Amino acid sequence: MTPLLQGMVTILVGVTACVAYFWLSNWVLDRVIFPARGPNAGRNINRANLVRPWLFLFPAIFVLGLYLAYPVVGSFVRSLFDRSGTEFIGLGNYIDLFNSSGFRVALRNNILWLLVVPAAATAFGLLAAQLTDRLSWGNIAKSMIFMPMAISFVGASLIWRFVYANNFDIGLINAVRGVFGAERAIDVLQIPFWNNFFIMFIMIWIQTGFAMVILSAALRNIPEETIEAAIMDGAGPFRLFFSVKVPQIMGTIVVVWTTITFLVLKVFDIVYTVTGGNFGTHILPSYMMNFMFRDDGRATAVAFVIMLLVLPVMVWNIRQARRELR
Amino acid sequence: MDNIAGRKSGLSWAVNLSVLALVVLWLIPTLGLLVSSVRDRDQIAATGWWMTPVPVEMTFRVRVAAPDEQQETDAGFVVEGNVLEEPSRAHWFEGGRGAVTAFGTRSVDPTEFAPGDSAELRGGGTLTVAADGSFRMVSDEGFGRPVNVLFQARVPPRITTENYDTVLTADGMDRAFMNTLTVAIPATVIPILIAAFAAYALAWMDFVGRGVLIAAVVGLLVVPLQLALVPLLNLHNQIGIGQSFMGIWLAHTGFGMPLAIYILRNYMVGLPRDIIESARVDGATDFQIFTRIILPLSFPALAAFAIFQFLWVWNDLLVAKVFLPSGSASQVMTVLIADDLIGSRGGDWGILAAAAFVSIAVPLLVFFTLQRYLVRGLLAGSVK
Repeated sequence: MTPLLQGMVTILVGVTACVAYFWLSNWVLDRVIFPARGPNAGRNINRANLVRPWLFLFPAIFVLGLYLAYPVVGSFVRSLFDRSGTEFIGLGNYIDLFNSSGFRVALRNNILWLLVVPAAATAFGLLAAQLTDRLSWGNIAKSMIFMPMAISFVGASLIWRFVYANNFDIGLINAVRGVFGAERAIDVLQIPFWNNFFIMFIMIWIQTGFAMVILSAALRNIPEETIEAAIMDGAGPFRLFFSVKVPQIMGTIVVVWTTITFLVLKVFDIVYTVTGGNFGTHILPSYMMNFMFRDDGRATAVAFVIMLLVLPVMVWNIRQARRELR
Repeated sequence: MDNIAGRKSGLSWAVNLSVLALVVLWLIPTLGLLVSSVRDRDQIAATGWWMTPVPVEMTFRVRVAAPDEQQETDAGFVVEGNVLEEPSRAHWFEGGRGAVTAFGTRSVDPTEFAPGDSAELRGGGTLTVAADGSFRMVSDEGFGRPVNVLFQARVPPRITTENYDTVLTADGMDRAFMNTLTVAIPATVIPILIAAFAAYALAWMDFVGRGVLIAAVVGLLVVPLQLALVPLLNLHNQIGIGQSFMGIWLAHTGFGMPLAIYILRNYMVGLPRDIIESARVDGATDFQIFTRIILPLSFPALAAFAIFQFLWVWNDLLVAKVFLPSGSASQVMTVLIADDLIGSRGGDWGILAAAAFVSIAVPLLVFFTLQRYLVRGLLAGSVK
């Protein structure tokens, strides 16, 4: 069976199974276990309604539990064992990691990414949102800035490899340097420390569109009266933007910021494609892939360090969601 | 409102210009890729893609097979012909376009002589190449062996689909394209139904523990994928799925689930309460309310999630690297590019560009046709 055909069959089987599960389980609940007739009809309806949500939720909870909740525990447990997975070594993997210079560089770079990328993408996004806000061709401009969102990290990395190429006739950066009289082409991806920023810019390029779309919607939701009043009081455009508009969309700015932060902690594709982690550009997700398939103990330990970095923002996120529920 | 009370903003010009600059800055890299992918590989090496419309000066080498072609005349042995018409080069100069700008006889200095000059040949005799490519070699003793003629010519820009032909046939992008499609479609369709039922329960059914479950979904939304790789691959190996398409479909279903539930629940909660309550009063069961009312009304959110998930799965590298076997039979495009092409074709910019463009064509198409739903989905996810 060709894979594509297998895929089609899977879709058919999967969807049919889902529909059958939901329909049958509801039918069994209403007709067999708690039938809505006979002497206990009223009580049965109530009982059925107590059970029903869990019928609706069961497949999702099962999948979430198996594919996301279990791995958190599973990874942690695995990270306490050695490479073969048989010998318990406690925090040995973590100690080894913190003693290795490669890990410390990856951790430092990751913290740089966390500081720079969300901030820069949000700032660019806010700038683009405000500038395109009342432009006649604003929607076209937005669409163009938003476009990198559709491109894979691998594709984006290739696109920027062209820009960064160590060659006057391929790399735009070197071409510009050539115009200003540079003699030799340089490889910006090999400049120690600063090469990280060139790689980060790829991520910023992708995420700016996301930030722009959301912030632009937020800007439109600002009550007109506040802006009118500020203008009446003589506020200039900059004052208007920083003292009136930005404070009112602060909540959205924070949401955008945290969303990009989570993404930064997941993305290994860019570093992997652009430099493969060479020249001191590893970040934790790409560093982890060094151990994947080779040393599960180390790999899970790195993954758990990433989890620890996410944890504070995750807790904050959950609290925020609970507050909205109330 | 910025220009209230007749104060037409004086910044209008500056705004237009800065937006233009931003858009250009954002587009140029992608444009470079697209242009490079349709250029001839020799021209890519010769000039930057921004010079594509301009003729390129390129250096060629022709071997003139002298002993067979020479004719004995009064002036000695003569070989005549046209360097631009030599079969392996002729495709550059179709229809008499192109001009010789310099020529030479030694590869260290292919531009030693200007067109029309007479060059001394090392083996004896002289060589003249005219601007139109016609050459004439004269020697008193005759030519014993072929002579290398090097020339530099102004070549018209050449737009070609050769790079695409190469990546799609020789480099296996066609197979990888089908594999990506095979991964993406089921991994998009299957989570939707499961998530829709759960989202309905979380939005419109009252039960103990609902708040905790919603918080759990929000929490799981940000669990780093990296944690799941090792335990789940081991699990798949234990239950016999191993590295396979089935494994990656299941993995993507799991990883996409929190976002699906989150987006769909946020949307469903906003549906008018009256419709649902009056359906309840009329005796509709939850199952009927869900299939007849909620699902059709939630179409925008379903579409938004479907687009997200499709783009995410299509563009994914990490999950494909871990959950699919590494052979070419099931390699997806991102893995093929990142693991194979960059290594084996690292300096072949035209091939890389074509491969990248093949892999981003479908997402771009989806993006530009369905952008409306995508934006709506983003907003449903993060703006209240």
